[in-house]
Amino acid sequence: MSMIRLEPRGQASPLWVYGAPLLAVALTLASGFVLFWAMGFNPVAALRAFFVEPLTSARGIGELVVKATPLTLCAVGLAVGFRANVWNIGAEGQLTLGAITGGGLALAFYGEGGWWLLPLMVLGGIAGGMAWAAIPAFLRTRFNASEILTSLMLTYVALLLLSYLVHGPYRDPDGFAFPESRLFEEAATLPVLVTGTRVHLGALFALAAVAGCWVLIARTFIGFQIRVIGLTPAAAGYAGFKEKKIIWLTLLLSGGLSGLAGLGEVAGPIGQIVPTVSPGYGFTAIIVAFLGRLHPLGIVLAALLMALSFIGGEAAQIGLGLPKAITGVFQGMLLFFLLGSDVLIRYRVRIGARKTVSQGATA
Amino acid sequence: MTVPRLELSSISKRFPGCLANDDVSLTLLPGEIHALLGENGAGKSTLVKIIYGVQQADSGTILWEGQPVVIKDPHAARRLGIGMVFQHFSLFDTLTVAENIALGLERPPPMRDLEQKIRAVSERYGLTLDPARHIHTLSVGERQRVEIVRCLLQDPRLLIMDEPTSVLTPQEVERLFATLRRLSDEGCTILYISHKLEEIRALCTRATVLRGGRVVGACDPRRESARSMAEMMIGATLTAPTRPAAETGGATLEVRHLSTTSDDPFATNLKDVSFEVRAGEILGIAGVAGNGQAELLAALSGEAILADDGAVRIRGQAAGHLDPRRRRALGLAFVPEERLGRGAVPELSLSENAILSGYVAEPLVRRGLVHFGRARSFAERIISGFNVVAHGHKAEARSLSGGNLQKFIIGREILQKPSLLVVGQPTWGVDAGAAAAIHQALIDLARGGAAVLVISQDLDELFVLSDRIAVLFHGRLSESRPTHHTTVEEIGLLMGGLFGAATGAEEVPHGTA
Amino acid sequence: MSIEVIGPVVAAMMTAATPLLFAALGELVVEKSGVLNLGVEGMMLGGAVVGFAVTVATGSSTLGFVAGAAAGAVLASLFGLLTLGLLANQVATGLALTLFGVGLSSLVGQGYVGHPIADVPELRIPYLTTLPIIGQPLFGQSLPVYLALAAVPAVHWFLFRTRAGLVLRAVGENHTAAHALGYKVIRIRFLAVLFGGAMSGLAGAYLALDYTPMWAEGMTAGRGWIALALVVFATWKPGRVLAGAWLFGGVTILQLHAQGVGFAVPSQLLSMLPYLATVLVLVLISRDVTRIRLNAPASLGKIFYPD
Repeated sequence: MSMIRLEPRGQASPLWVYGAPLLAVALTLASGFVLFWAMGFNPVAALRAFFVEPLTSARGIGELVVKATPLTLCAVGLAVGFRANVWNIGAEGQLTLGAITGGGLALAFYGEGGWWLLPLMVLGGIAGGMAWAAIPAFLRTRFNASEILTSLMLTYVALLLLSYLVHGPYRDPDGFAFPESRLFEEAATLPVLVTGTRVHLGALFALAAVAGCWVLIARTFIGFQIRVIGLTPAAAGYAGFKEKKIIWLTLLLSGGLSGLAGLGEVAGPIGQIVPTVSPGYGFTAIIVAFLGRLHPLGIVLAALLMALSFIGGEAAQIGLGLPKAITGVFQGMLLFFLLGSDVLIRYRVRIGARKTVSQGATA
Repeated sequence: MTVPRLELSSISKRFPGCLANDDVSLTLLPGEIHALLGENGAGKSTLVKIIYGVQQADSGTILWEGQPVVIKDPHAARRLGIGMVFQHFSLFDTLTVAENIALGLERPPPMRDLEQKIRAVSERYGLTLDPARHIHTLSVGERQRVEIVRCLLQDPRLLIMDEPTSVLTPQEVERLFATLRRLSDEGCTILYISHKLEEIRALCTRATVLRGGRVVGACDPRRESARSMAEMMIGATLTAPTRPAAETGGATLEVRHLSTTSDDPFATNLKDVSFEVRAGEILGIAGVAGNGQAELLAALSGEAILADDGAVRIRGQAAGHLDPRRRRALGLAFVPEERLGRGAVPELSLSENAILSGYVAEPLVRRGLVHFGRARSFAERIISGFNVVAHGHKAEARSLSGGNLQKFIIGREILQKPSLLVVGQPTWGVDAGAAAAIHQALIDLARGGAAVLVISQDLDELFVLSDRIAVLFHGRLSESRPTHHTTVEEIGLLMGGLFGAATGAEEVPHGTA
Repeated sequence: MSIEVIGPVVAAMMTAATPLLFAALGELVVEKSGVLNLGVEGMMLGGAVVGFAVTVATGSSTLGFVAGAAAGAVLASLFGLLTLGLLANQVATGLALTLFGVGLSSLVGQGYVGHPIADVPELRIPYLTTLPIIGQPLFGQSLPVYLALAAVPAVHWFLFRTRAGLVLRAVGENHTAAHALGYKVIRIRFLAVLFGGAMSGLAGAYLALDYTPMWAEGMTAGRGWIALALVVFATWKPGRVLAGAWLFGGVTILQLHAQGVGFAVPSQLLSMLPYLATVLVLVLISRDVTRIRLNAPASLGKIFYPD
């Protein structure tokens, strides 16, 4: 590594705090260009189909919001945890649980629903996600077990649980043994906000969550404690901030928001419980959180961009026959480039070998 | 004329934002013990890192025994015959003594032969060591022996010692000096870095003084006074803190039969520690690092909650069960040993760091919301009241020098008008100017009626500050004695664990941790 | 259960343990050098798909394994470049590596879903294979199973009996001191990360070429994460990785057999067992803080800032 050297800056560069994500996006697009070219597609047409085409219709923009909704809900919660060094990577599982509990209420009260059903489902979804996140919180605070591994393991368990339920108790009795639940009745479906699109009430929940998390981090004393614990746990102990309390709080918050996201999917665009509730929103939300600089507003922008990569993937598959898996590659690349670009915030990159003492022989 | 062992000419080294070495020249003769003097930040560490190959100079030349050399890394330095004992030991806690030593040798023999050699060298120089022990079970003095033996095994012709005595008892210092003198008699050159000027007068025959990265003088320490060398180092005349007589009141802090147990295998448990600090006085607790200081500080601050509620009483109230916040509400203020990473968050601004401990006594939080305007004015009061050199309240804590950050932290605690202040290592690694200001502030606080507890490894500091001194050894605390009725030698014996000899109390076994 | 089934069951347990063994031993070396690479799952998938593709193209499973290991190492080098060269957060970068590996492998594997390949032949040692009970598990396995077993003492010997292993442990214990003594912290860690990647790649290749044998999207099914948990469970000791891998192999096989004999529990619930078992052992080992402190590399996951 002698050709490329890092030179510390005295202070963080405010330019690169915002410049790094832009650089990462640019590098991702450039790599995408090369990737499409290498796969034998016309890179310009492919990138256009991926990133521009979906935005040319009102319906496309509506779909963007529909997909950005669960991403934002999961990511704002995760970001609060990441700031405290609480690595909940099981949002996908908590989302699934929210769909199971909230959606389960819709099935339990099928045919008896009133105005009260939807609020009850929302609370049920939040509670399900929270309960699933409470397990890693308990195991971390009580037994010191890494929440990274436990929350991820529980994601597999949640997905299997969902599979069991749609093949068994949740299955539509009139559904010819298809692994799907009944379609939710009107009283159990989130209202559509903009006619002609599938944008539903969940989008407002997401915006409320963004505003709430912003106030939490930027203004409240709890938010201050979260930042101190994440940056310097020993200083938090010195100040008397309770790390266990913050672990519980951040996991319950992110679990609850993920559960809400899951409920929003089954009570929104899907309208029933199916074996695959999410195409990996809970995992993509990790990328969204980092790409958005763990900042609620940044997360909204990042969620829209990631939503575009989902829609673009589908559009490019239909239009050009591009493999859908390319979405995941784009998302992974973007996070890689972002993490790499972040070095510019605190370091200058210098190219060329360091000057050394000019005279004398090597010892 | 003899060929110098090492000759540095016009060495310069620049870091972003500072010129650490500026045209430094230094000549070391065979067999001499040469002192390198200077304040923190004067460039001593950078210079020795260049000699040992850890860093490269930007310009300048190095002659080793008359030959020009490039020392590209520590391996090259060791092959030349340069050994170094680091201030912060370069040891690995969970490895054995022999493994640690093998890591510092260029071509280590097989383990069994190495263990033989370690025994031979440690006997020859009176540095007893068991090669099979794990480092984390050794005392600080024993750890230093590992470092020294590691150097001696390669027959060094230049031995660099960076602040070697700051962690030793006065008696251990004497034994170390005997070893060093013997090495020097055998022809080994020793470059000795310290800010303890009396020790340098006792040991060294020549001294080079650095200030602000430049050589500002050279002298024969035997012909100088400590004061004259100190003034050469700081480039100004020194004023000792003024210390009016103490008028003490009731006990503000009472510690009774405090014992601790810990999950942490590297911790030292406290055993039946009892003492009190009265309003208006400063109690000093001396001891070599690792004898329970960290555990005592945590037990007092509330970072460790105690099983026995009554083991710690603040202003008469049992506080053992209370967390740091509730203890602060009783009037406790606290300055931890580590400035950056415990006392302050490196990445946060000074006004945010003011909230860190100030939120209890100052009106910085209302209805769950942080009042950033008030935090800012609190930080500005600290900065102006304690002459903290910083780019305003927005400066990140890590951008401050050690001395300025310590002034900020101590100022933050004192401005909360505590009735009890507990301080760990108040001036460790702090320049003389800041140290004098901190000492004066602590004395003023006590004379204003607060109780002050200072835990420090620096005996000179404790003798300047304290009204009474006690010693912590292996988790036990000695009786305290009035400072003017004791001597450095007596405290030194206690630091070595000779409680029996000094107090008639029970004998403490040596060498177990 | 009659005595005759013990042999096949133990044999199956050993094959189920093999990918965990490769991946966990690789990650153990990485963590001993002070680096936490959470991208094991992604590197396994990369190794699986590349190993499979190369085997299909060349007809040689040996080349497939080599290619799988190489793919794992290439993915690991991305991680190394970011965390060691550009000082990126190890947790975040490891997650990125997994997400990237999942996406890339399904892209590369598009044309291979459901594609058949030839089995990796078992090494049938004459006569010994027919021994009762122990014959098949001990002498009737394919070569990678033995390789994974041999890797246990080999990694132990390297870490605790060689100079290079000592240096690697020293770097993981205290990178500042190792740097002060002149050891190239970044270079040593980079090599360890590459080794970990190659082992994860082998683990993936084994799954795709021998264990399953086929390619399917996300076919590792969390084994990379279980391998990470195994390293903690083993308190960073190679011998205990073997015990842990067999334990998990056992749980996996038990669950499969229970499904096979039509046990009256839904298959999804049985399939949860390995994941729940992972959580359980993690809890059992993590609660012993003293043991973790004494065995975990002290610099694990910390960024080394070169000066």
